[in-house]
Amino acid sequence: MSIARQNRLNTYAAHGVLILYTLIALFPVFVIIINSFKTRRAIFREPLAMPNSETFSLIGYETVLNQGDFFLYFQNSMIVTVASLFFILLFGAMAAFALAEYRFKGNLMMGLYLALGIMIPIRIGTVAILELMVQTGLVNTLWALILVYTAQGLPLAVFILSEFMRQVSDDLKNAGRIDGLSEYRIFFRLVLPLVRPAMATVAVFNMIPIWNDLWFPLILAPAEEVKTLTLGSQVFIGQFVTDWNAVLSALSLAILPVMALYVIFSRQLIRGITSGAVK
Amino acid sequence: MTALALTNICKSFGPVEVLKDINLTVEEGEFVVFVGPSGCGKSTLLRVIAGLEDATSGTVEIGGAQVNSVPPAKRGIAMVFQSYALYPHLSVRDNMALGLKQENQPKSVIEARVNKAVQMLDLGAYVDRRPSDLSGGQRQRVAIGRTIVREPKLFLFDEPLSNLDAALRMNTRVEIAELQRTLSATMIYVTHDQTEAMTLADKIVVLRDGRIEQVGSPMELYNNPVNQFVAGFLGSPAMNFLSKAPVSIPENGVIGIRPEYLRPVSGGRIKGRVTHVERLGGDTNLLVKTAQDEALTVRIFGQDDTRVGEAIELDFDDAKAFAFDHEQRRVI
Repeated sequence: MSIARQNRLNTYAAHGVLILYTLIALFPVFVIIINSFKTRRAIFREPLAMPNSETFSLIGYETVLNQGDFFLYFQNSMIVTVASLFFILLFGAMAAFALAEYRFKGNLMMGLYLALGIMIPIRIGTVAILELMVQTGLVNTLWALILVYTAQGLPLAVFILSEFMRQVSDDLKNAGRIDGLSEYRIFFRLVLPLVRPAMATVAVFNMIPIWNDLWFPLILAPAEEVKTLTLGSQVFIGQFVTDWNAVLSALSLAILPVMALYVIFSRQLIRGITSGAVK
Repeated sequence: MTALALTNICKSFGPVEVLKDINLTVEEGEFVVFVGPSGCGKSTLLRVIAGLEDATSGTVEIGGAQVNSVPPAKRGIAMVFQSYALYPHLSVRDNMALGLKQENQPKSVIEARVNKAVQMLDLGAYVDRRPSDLSGGQRQRVAIGRTIVREPKLFLFDEPLSNLDAALRMNTRVEIAELQRTLSATMIYVTHDQTEAMTLADKIVVLRDGRIEQVGSPMELYNNPVNQFVAGFLGSPAMNFLSKAPVSIPENGVIGIRPEYLRPVSGGRIKGRVTHVERLGGDTNLLVKTAQDEALTVRIFGQDDTRVGEAIELDFDDAKAFAFDHEQRRVI
């Protein structure tokens, strides 16, 4: 981008708007983090003040780590999120490849049917899902959550990925076929690397709602040993008394793993090796 | 021996018929060019030969064996694509070797063939680079190398030069012609560019709307086109067609004269005015509007100082003209 052609004022204005938006977006996170390091009294007296020597306290973190089995909750959330993302990406990409690549009767109808799921929230089917899980004996297992989240994420994944897969050069796939690569190798070795940015986008879109979800863990897997982090944090929120130190600490801790995942995926977003494949 | 035989090939996509009853034989060692305007089905025909599309009906025989239900990799063919289609995650060497590895060839054979191709195409300095680090011309050479190492019975080229700039296109064209001579290979080449067709082919196949219009050597087609379409498609500048000029013209038909056979003569039968002059140094093209309001191109060898707007009188040798009837068929 050449600076010479750009109006300086425009550049400043654009940056001003972006910085302002960043501040607004990050402010709640900032408040949660600073307050998680303060005493209960200080949280309510001056919520926006930074912790100082007088108000600094790790009581929230101590509560979180001592009460309940927080590492187990972490582990559960992590397993559910990672496994769901894996299945969403694997099955979503495979379905998208089939829709984008092969001509068969009902291709368009199949695509529309799969895209319909974007518009119909899966929570409408909660009662039926619960009955299904009870009958299959999956209640109170992590599999119940993984299956539901995979189903929830697939429509958007298929929709986005099939659009991207259509853009992958036909010549490249045909070159693979002439060189004797199987359709699976064409899919995994040629096409998937080229749609990696789209895969990362889908992963990021799906990751946050799954990580933060409270509804399905509460209904399908409320048992102690399969509780997810969001559900586990609820023990500190009572009808009459809420342990704010603990809640804020738990939330602060919950940010970390999802941020790590985000960093991994966003690096994939940037790393494109598509250039040079065609033209 | 016959390298390729197509019998009654038809191909439709739903209700759209793309290829209609194609019959063609290609002898071993021939360089055959499929040429035609875009949408004429030439690329589809190439894909049917390669096995990337199935023919709706008809048979494809390569080297005497019917291959209708044989997958592309086992047909003994190799193909160069318009967009090069190199594997982005592999080095130049691995790009070339992949097909042989898939055939389970021994390592020594793979190495020998890749090295030979690298030498032949002058790619020695680039073997360990990725395709993204190569220029367009180098990428196309790698794509050609990938076909050479397979030692196929049939080379297929799908508009391989259209992404290159003009100078490079000319060089690569010569390289492909030399390659064909050294390998004495059978090649099928698809292009929409009649210059490529004329310069490369032993045999040109002119296609229109999914049908073969005419098959023959470049000069046969140039000197003896069967219809107005072939006459107009080959040759640059294109043939002139006149329907109103005061010369002998078949009823409801047209007469065709190549631009180089028209010459300015005082008292010539065709009178008109020069509307544009293209000076190419070697020759000069005059664009003329006749008194009957028809557009003509006149090709004059050497340089010429005719100016735009001048009146001009043109004539031609009747023996050099072609006559076409109202259905565009050749009559004289």
